[in-house]
Amino acid sequence: MARYIIRRLLQMVVTFIGATFVVYALMFANQNDPIQALAGDRPVSDNVRQVLTEQYHLNDPFVVQYGYYMRGLLTGDFGKTLTGRPIGDVMSDAWPNTIKLALLALFFATLFGIGAGLVAGLRRGSAFDNTTLALTLVVVGLPIIVLAPIAQLVFGVKLGWFPTTAGARPSLYGLILPALVLGAASTATMLRLTRASVAENVRADYVRTARAKGLSARRVVAVHVLRNSMIPVITLIGVDLGTLMAGAIITEGVFNIPGVGSKLLLGIQTEDGPLVVGFVSVLVVVFLVTNLLVDLLYAVLDPRIRYE
Amino acid sequence: MTYSNPYQQQWPNQPAPAAPVVAGWDDPNRGGWDTPTAAWSTPPSRARVNQPRSGEHLLDVRDLRVEFGTRDGVAHVVNGVSFHVDPGETLAILGESGSGKSVTAQAVMGILDTPPAVVRSGQVLFGGEDLLTVSADRRRQVRGQEIAMVFQDALSALNPVFPVGWQISEALRSRRGINKADARRRAIELMDMVQIPAAAERVDDYPHQFSGGMRQRVMIAMALAMRPKVLIADEPTTALDVTVQAQIMDLLATLRAELEMALILITHDLGVVADVADRITVMYAGRVVEHADVHTLYAQPAHPYTRGLLASVPRLDHRGHGLHSISGTPPNPAAIPDGCAFHPRCPWAQQVCRMTAPTLVRIGRLDRASACHFPPEALDARLA
Amino acid sequence: MSDLEMAATSELGVRPSADPSAGPASTARTRSLTADAWYDLRRNWIFWVASALVVLVVLMAVAPGLFSSADPTACTTRRQFAGPSGGAIFGYDFQGCDVFSRTVHGARASVLVGVFAVLMTGVIGLVFGMLAGYFGGWLDAVLSRVVDVVLGIPLLLAAIVLSKRLSADQQGSGIATVVIVLGILGWTTAARVMRSSVIAARSQDYVAAARMLGAGPLRIMWRHILPNALAPFIVVLTIALGTFIATEATLSFLNIGLRPPAISWGIDIATAGKHVRESATPLVAPSVFLTLTVLAFIMLGDAIRDAFDPKLR
Ligand SMILES: Nc1ncnc2c1ncn2[C@@H]1O[C@H](COP(=O)(O)OP(=O)(O)O)[C@@H](O)[C@H]1O
Ligand code: SF4
Ligand SMILES: [Mg+2]
Repeated sequence: MARYIIRRLLQMVVTFIGATFVVYALMFANQNDPIQALAGDRPVSDNVRQVLTEQYHLNDPFVVQYGYYMRGLLTGDFGKTLTGRPIGDVMSDAWPNTIKLALLALFFATLFGIGAGLVAGLRRGSAFDNTTLALTLVVVGLPIIVLAPIAQLVFGVKLGWFPTTAGARPSLYGLILPALVLGAASTATMLRLTRASVAENVRADYVRTARAKGLSARRVVAVHVLRNSMIPVITLIGVDLGTLMAGAIITEGVFNIPGVGSKLLLGIQTEDGPLVVGFVSVLVVVFLVTNLLVDLLYAVLDPRIRYE
Repeated sequence: MTYSNPYQQQWPNQPAPAAPVVAGWDDPNRGGWDTPTAAWSTPPSRARVNQPRSGEHLLDVRDLRVEFGTRDGVAHVVNGVSFHVDPGETLAILGESGSGKSVTAQAVMGILDTPPAVVRSGQVLFGGEDLLTVSADRRRQVRGQEIAMVFQDALSALNPVFPVGWQISEALRSRRGINKADARRRAIELMDMVQIPAAAERVDDYPHQFSGGMRQRVMIAMALAMRPKVLIADEPTTALDVTVQAQIMDLLATLRAELEMALILITHDLGVVADVADRITVMYAGRVVEHADVHTLYAQPAHPYTRGLLASVPRLDHRGHGLHSISGTPPNPAAIPDGCAFHPRCPWAQQVCRMTAPTLVRIGRLDRASACHFPPEALDARLA
Repeated sequence: MSDLEMAATSELGVRPSADPSAGPASTARTRSLTADAWYDLRRNWIFWVASALVVLVVLMAVAPGLFSSADPTACTTRRQFAGPSGGAIFGYDFQGCDVFSRTVHGARASVLVGVFAVLMTGVIGLVFGMLAGYFGGWLDAVLSRVVDVVLGIPLLLAAIVLSKRLSADQQGSGIATVVIVLGILGWTTAARVMRSSVIAARSQDYVAAARMLGAGPLRIMWRHILPNALAPFIVVLTIALGTFIATEATLSFLNIGLRPPAISWGIDIATAGKHVRESATPLVAPSVFLTLTVLAFIMLGDAIRDAFDPKLR
């Protein structure tokens, strides 16, 4: 187990360096004028040029520049945005909103996905099953750029149940509609996987054994069927995190939430290299760590799995 | 009670047990091919067959019928099966795979999935109470507590994600409400009882960490946790090596005696139950075709199907000779042949067999019956 | 497999020869697997609905004139948000463009991007997956790390960064750029699937036999491994086609993929979204078409997978 974790951590370091290097390269390299790129559209004076060249080690080879950047990153120094704001500050503003949004989305996805998936799996072929299955199919095919504006139109503008935009300091209530939109695709996939998994497990021999013991139907489902059906569903949470992060770019944009997604998009559009690389680095770490945790959780849930 | 053999006279030319018998199972010269001499000479010690007291048995299954709705139509899987067991007794239910034994057992337990299964008619009388008509709650109460079941493939029948001790004591915790520590202690005791070595250390291991034989012992311990009065073991040794098979059978026999249980042993292998069963019920195509006490059945199988099964049992005294198995396969339960279901495979079949189904008729004075148009003497005569 | 399970499977109408757990044992077996899958597929209504939608969208892409004779770029603010008239069955949008005509013409970008991106990811995934699966060792290790790196950043995020960089210098039709971006970033799943199929097939007896008979790696991969690995690969690519179309629309929505005057559902959704309070119809039409197209490919992939792997039903 320890060996497995160490190997995974080493692989994660490689992946992290690879991913951040690529993004760093995309944001900084191959620019006709890196300093102009750093400064965005503003004119640059020779003096500023001098400062920036030193600050970003622009006279050194590219890989060395990346090395300096990484060293800063590892000591917690994300640098400054093009507008001169410390990126650490931007992050501490943006992350809480996105974490709230993502957790809320994940909460809805697990609640509805597993709940409805369980019922559908237990009653295969029923009206409930067929309806949810058709619904999930539509939701899986529904791009978030379609879902977000339409949900905003229907539930925000027309029905007025939720605020249309979340605003600078989004309340939990204001985040509900965006979270439902963001978690929709995850809900659908989770529902389908839970349903398939439950449908397979209710026919399993050990479920028959559990019934033969005279356990109550509730206990058979809750302890034996559900527990075993959750094993594949857990893996999905790791994969979903990537989808959620990507979806957050659109959702936060549409609902005007000042989170990681909207900051990133802004950074990319204004070619704010330091900001983008900083945010992406954190995202990659979050993604990798989540996936490692999910894999470890998998081994906890299924004792047959042995990592070495 | 004394043991009598009503057919002794009609089988005069029994060969010595060591004599090589090569005949096909329908060969007329096979008269005494299965005579188990050892058992024959000693009176059946275990055959403590409880005679029905005022006609009431511990478990009495009567005319059970189970159907499955399938795509190809209705599958008639169990077609009027009757049998009974009493405390301290072992009944073997024998039949080729697909003859409806497992479905019968699951119908008795009340764990069939309905749909697709439908219990059409019959009674499952436990202590006189018909389990097919009681409330679902009462049914569940009986299940596991009064009648317990051991399944064939212990690896898939045990939940892979819970420790064995946890699974053994699960019913005690959830149904009797005993606390965790006591449950664990009980689990260890039960594992000791089924002779799992180092039970205290292994109680927290998972099913995949045990060998096949040990896993089957875990299953047995689990079934015994509530001290059931009837234990149904559905092919408990089919998935195991021959040596392990014998150990498990011994264990079941011992436990049956110690706990004064009624044991129903389901098997497709007559050789496996020969030493443990008191009585045998033979099933074919969802019907009982013969039942008899084990010695009579071995000595003078009445039904052609039983004769075929016996001919295919590997036996130490017949070592080195090919097995004779019944040609053909059991019928599809959605298309059971008219008349005697066995007729397409029966070497004795006559026109009447194709037209009318034989009923189970009593043979002789014993608790013994066969469902064939021809009495055993007639069959023997036709071979001669 | 116990009799009970057997019965349960047969109840689902699965013929024994389609049992996926047995794995591909020979080419003859594969053929019967394919025949079985095709048999199942023909009886699946989802397959027919999805296929019909795909044909419709492709037709719109190839010959938009069949559906709408109006010029999608002939816009005049005089007709801003005007209601339906003549061929403009969905009315007019903020700029006074014919919504229906724009929606019909938008199919071309989606289909072009989807098809070419899938071809590109298919080739990359096939080559990488095969090499990694067949040769294993350090090559596999390196390729696996590359896959990790690409997967480490969510597709959309990576696509935004990469498109931004690639389109920084050039102007004009962004279709090629979007295709390249998706091709570079989207091949990982295909490669993974191909790799595991190859690993599974490599250990089969008939592959060992072919190798013993002196067949070279290329021949073995082409003749013996590829046919067996194809089904899951096609499934992944079909679903990817839907995802790529959605991603193109999203990039265009963000003004990073295709840009006006190009016609794309993503652009129209973005524009309509800004004016949704004034009129919702210009938002609905491209949204519905985009969703149906993405859905069609996902359903098609699902149906094919179900046909080849009945257990998942
Ligand atoms: N769920 C089911 N649906 C349809 N047929 C079934 C089902 N379960 C069992 N059967 C059929 O019932 C017959 C008897 O099965 P079973 O009781 O398992 O036989 P045995 O235990 O004697 O080998 C088999 O032919 C099987 O196909
Ligand atoms: S009734 Fe006829 S077919 Fe059936 S077992 Fe007897 S002889 Fe054979
Ligand atoms: Mg059975």
